[in-house]
Amino acid sequence: MKVNVTVNGVPYEREVEPRTLLAYFLREDCGLTGTHVGCDTSSCGCCVVVLDSERAVKSCSMFAVQADGHQVQTVEGLANGGTLHPLQQGFWDQHGLQCGYCTPGMLMTSVALLKRNPNPSESDIREGLAGNLCRCTGYQNIVKAVQQASAAMGVQA
Amino acid sequence: MIPAAFNYLRAHTSDEAFAHLQQYGAEARVLAGGQSLIPAMRFRLARPAVLVDINAIRDLNVLRVNDHALTVGAIARDSDIERAPWINDTRWTLIRDVSRVVADPVVRQLGTVVGSLCHNDPAGDWTAAALAARAEVAVRGKDGVRHVPIDEFLVGSFTTAVGEGEMALGVHFPAAGDRTAGAYHKVERKVGDFATAAAAVQVSLGADGTIREAGVALSAAGPCAVRVKEAEEILKGQRPSAEVIRAAGDAASRRSEPQGDLRGSVEYKKNLAGVLVVRALRQALSRLGVQA
Amino acid sequence: MSDEKPAGCLGKAMKRKEDPRFLRGKGHYVDDIRLPGMLYLSLVRSPYPHAEIKSIDIGDAMKVSGVVAVITGKDLEAAGLGWLPTFHGYDKQMVLAIGKVLFQYQEVAAVFAETRGAAADGAEAVQVDYAPLPVVADPFTSKTDQIILRPDRDAKTNHIYHWEVGDKDKTATALASSPKKIKERIWFQRCHPAPLEPCGCVAEFDAMGRLQFYVTSQAPHVYRTALALVTGIPEDKIHVVSPDIGGGFGNKVPVYPGYVCAIVGALKIGRPVKWIETRTENLTSTGFARDYHMDVEIGATAEGRLTALHVATTADHGAFDAAADPTKYPAGMFGVVTGSYDFPAAHAEVDAYFTNKAPGGIAYRCSFRVTEASYAIERAMDILADELGMDAAELRRKNFVRKDKFPYPSALGFTYDSGDYEKTLGVALDKIGYQALLKEQAEKRARGELMGIGFSTFTEVVGAGPSKHFDILGIKMFDSAEIRIHPTGAGIVRTGTKSQGQGHETTWAQIVGEELGLDPQNIMVEEGDTDTAPYGLGTYASRSTPVAGGAIALAARRVREKARKVAAHMLEVGEDDVEWKDYKFQVKGVPAKSVTMKEVAFAAYTNMAQNEPGLEASYYYDPPNMTFPSGAYVAVVDIDRETGEVKVRRFLAVDDCGTIINPLVVEGQIHGGLTEGFAIAFMQEIQYDKDGNNLNTNFTDYLLPTSLETPAWETDKTVTPSPHHPIGAKGVGESPNVGSPAAFVNAVVDALSPLGVRHLDMPLTRDKVWRAIRAAQVVTT
Repeated sequence: MKVNVTVNGVPYEREVEPRTLLAYFLREDCGLTGTHVGCDTSSCGCCVVVLDSERAVKSCSMFAVQADGHQVQTVEGLANGGTLHPLQQGFWDQHGLQCGYCTPGMLMTSVALLKRNPNPSESDIREGLAGNLCRCTGYQNIVKAVQQASAAMGVQA
Repeated sequence: MIPAAFNYLRAHTSDEAFAHLQQYGAEARVLAGGQSLIPAMRFRLARPAVLVDINAIRDLNVLRVNDHALTVGAIARDSDIERAPWINDTRWTLIRDVSRVVADPVVRQLGTVVGSLCHNDPAGDWTAAALAARAEVAVRGKDGVRHVPIDEFLVGSFTTAVGEGEMALGVHFPAAGDRTAGAYHKVERKVGDFATAAAAVQVSLGADGTIREAGVALSAAGPCAVRVKEAEEILKGQRPSAEVIRAAGDAASRRSEPQGDLRGSVEYKKNLAGVLVVRALRQALSRLGVQA
Repeated sequence: MSDEKPAGCLGKAMKRKEDPRFLRGKGHYVDDIRLPGMLYLSLVRSPYPHAEIKSIDIGDAMKVSGVVAVITGKDLEAAGLGWLPTFHGYDKQMVLAIGKVLFQYQEVAAVFAETRGAAADGAEAVQVDYAPLPVVADPFTSKTDQIILRPDRDAKTNHIYHWEVGDKDKTATALASSPKKIKERIWFQRCHPAPLEPCGCVAEFDAMGRLQFYVTSQAPHVYRTALALVTGIPEDKIHVVSPDIGGGFGNKVPVYPGYVCAIVGALKIGRPVKWIETRTENLTSTGFARDYHMDVEIGATAEGRLTALHVATTADHGAFDAAADPTKYPAGMFGVVTGSYDFPAAHAEVDAYFTNKAPGGIAYRCSFRVTEASYAIERAMDILADELGMDAAELRRKNFVRKDKFPYPSALGFTYDSGDYEKTLGVALDKIGYQALLKEQAEKRARGELMGIGFSTFTEVVGAGPSKHFDILGIKMFDSAEIRIHPTGAGIVRTGTKSQGQGHETTWAQIVGEELGLDPQNIMVEEGDTDTAPYGLGTYASRSTPVAGGAIALAARRVREKARKVAAHMLEVGEDDVEWKDYKFQVKGVPAKSVTMKEVAFAAYTNMAQNEPGLEASYYYDPPNMTFPSGAYVAVVDIDRETGEVKVRRFLAVDDCGTIINPLVVEGQIHGGLTEGFAIAFMQEIQYDKDGNNLNTNFTDYLLPTSLETPAWETDKTVTPSPHHPIGAKGVGESPNVGSPAAFVNAVVDALSPLGVRHLDMPLTRDKVWRAIRAAQVVTT
């Protein structure tokens, strides 16, 4: 089937099987390998992308055909050219990543989280990230990263 | 894992979706949130030949509260409820509690209430809440739309009153009047796990301070969520007190028929059912300003 | 580039240099690699834990659209590749099953196809006819030898080995005559490291006939040599590249059947092959961790002075002995089980058995069985404290190896390099507010509330290791560094280690920056490419900083020695008149006459006179000893009686890893390791039922804690440098997983001790805790 998906503002038209998961569509058909696959039960969140600027979704539990006519934002679409998004800067400054595998998913879940709740408390952040697993950081610095970003984005706004 | 191959149909109206389902019968599955279906397909436990995607059907994207009911259309998302402007109304505290603990915060952004009811997992959250709130599910069949009370809707594990070729359009939670509050207490080993045990309660107080109506239901306590009739009867007409609440909890423990599994033994889960009903009742009552 | 004098790079909380690519989604992981014509490999796996294979029919699979080839164990056997030697060297394991299967999910056939979907369809279509055999599901049953699992071995027994260390008679005598004793069976349950990136590879034979092998490997050089030995392909024709790795934790040390099948497929079919396992495959077939049943006996005087320690362990190794230990250490570093204590006599023994479970045993930040040893001694010390009616912190302090006893020869043969255990514990007790907590606990106990305080004062052993003791497949466990400084004062350092998130691109640059007075931002770090990196044994068991870190410092000092010659020429003095001081070369006694390393670097290429041009050196470092990081951890818990839920109210980790290169990186490692220890203590287990069925095959059943369950971690440090390490560093990556499980369990048991509970095995699920509370209530009513 033919699908048209706009990813990070760029239109992609591709021929896919209906069973192609959105995660693999992004990685292999669009060549955007920042979105990762870490499990088979929709548990880990490494595959999270943002759908229609609004929802964080697990792209391993969505078919590419469902995204036909929709917009997807991946981690590759976060930075503004050379300037990192405040979330990316926050993760860097606060040492919120080690192996980097969960990082794209954490970033995209955080994008949606801060859009809904620009001033989250620590417990809001811990609750909001509970669909994303990390093995390296123990989450503590990830929380600090999101707090830094929300403060920075508040200043900008 | 990669699912088995299937054909994909996107419906733009309810009529279109229904026509597809009627045509393909048991070979077709509805794709709404897909957050239970797609993982099952990845393990090839589900192998529908046809998926009918209903996410573009505007009429089904309803989330509306009025004096009579909360109406949740088939593609209204768990997270839409979590963030609804009326969600802090005491009448909907049971619904609010559930909307915050279903699956995980990302899955909730696609997952649907109606989908969860149709899936009818023994440890599902919305099924127990629907029982406690005495909800009704609108089902479209060959003879038109019928409203199925939740007790009849939930038939058995992963089985509901939605027959082959039929589709669920939405669920109505009746507005239970003034001085109504609820609570949902769920024990899970971690976020995203199914409940080890969970209790959904909704109570309405009369002008004299006695319990006018009570809904008590358990999840992970049998082949599907169960209403604890005995607990409801213990509560009805009574003034809230520690003894009455304890008695309701004990009834819940007795009624609970859980499977022993990695989450806990039968004995533990039965105990937990009682503990959670007690805690949920206390919280629901405290939301109405009553300490018991 | 900075022209400022570096104020010292060690101890600097530098932001990581490698982060930008990960933040932008431009990390380069194995599954990101796509080569033209690449095929996908999917493995067929056994649903039976123990069964004969009567036949394998690939006919239907070959008819599936997109399937190109299917191979089985028989095909591999014909090519001489039916069996792989395990890293431990004393056993071998099937690549694809030959004749029978020995654990559920064992690899049985390999399907190669054009797409992932076709490979999965093809795997589903392979028909295997199994004749089930009786199952041996635990090591105690295995011990009876009623069913021999490995008739392929010479010795027809399930007993793999007996290992022991220490003085058996002295210990037995001391225990027999000890006024106070405890004995407990302490089980460290089977668990799994589960990094978020599963294992995988891409194999291609290029136009020159070289094997290009991209793989998730924590030890790329060892893989290259092992592949050369096993396949017969000359080692120069094998290029192993470990790109970015999404977490290792020991999971990515063994060579897995999928890798071999991918290589064979690439060779036979003549196209690149990608194999990426699913999470289910990862949890059910790759190297598990732990599964040690330890009978621990401690003797003491009435006043609490330790007299002797005896540990007898039954080890469940699964179907093959694939525990990736150094050759002479089938039970790894289990001999560190005397921990931080001065035992006059000790004896440790391990007996290992085959069972119908996945192979492995060395993984999950274990430092080669140090996690098991540390857990055993720290749990047992609490049981002894309970027996003696002594405070758990006091019993420990009373028996610590004293600061002035280092280097300390333990009763089990290790020489501990350094430690100041009393100081570390003191910091912990102070910071946690121990006295106030005890007071609070007494008040709560009077009200029947369950609150617990648990300690773990561990010493672990890492940095494998000295050549006289350690080797993997015969290769000694040195490590290496190659440093080249460019004309403009930037440079590159390559080592034989391979980071999977530990921050080497930053920390190694910091060591070079420190030794050479250069800006670490301009020192590139490269690891993982066997064509360019000097030979090393890889990254696991916290060995990178102790071994490669030493190599880097010493290589840098060789560079400095060469630079000194050039500096002397620039300063127009003799070599002996030049000294390295304040990160510069100075004329002795005339500090104003100096040149920076950056200036010397330029001169090394433009004005080197009779000296060797360029500025480069390497060092292969054979460490003289292991290193011994230590720590004092404290957990404070509150237990909900009705639900059995344990709330970790506080957790403080005071670590002593000697010199710290980057405190940000160290703190991150500790947070991560504590989170793993927390998971192990409360929610993780790979369970097999009595029929050998694996019950925890995906993330819905094998639990990883989320940000909501995970406690907030408090950290602190003491610094007792390693006297033998070039920069005094000991390594720290595994300490938090080594030390924390005992602290959690000790806290829970402490909370339940008024109910008469003395020991509970992990994981401390709500059900288990609730039952322990109920059992006590039944007894007392």
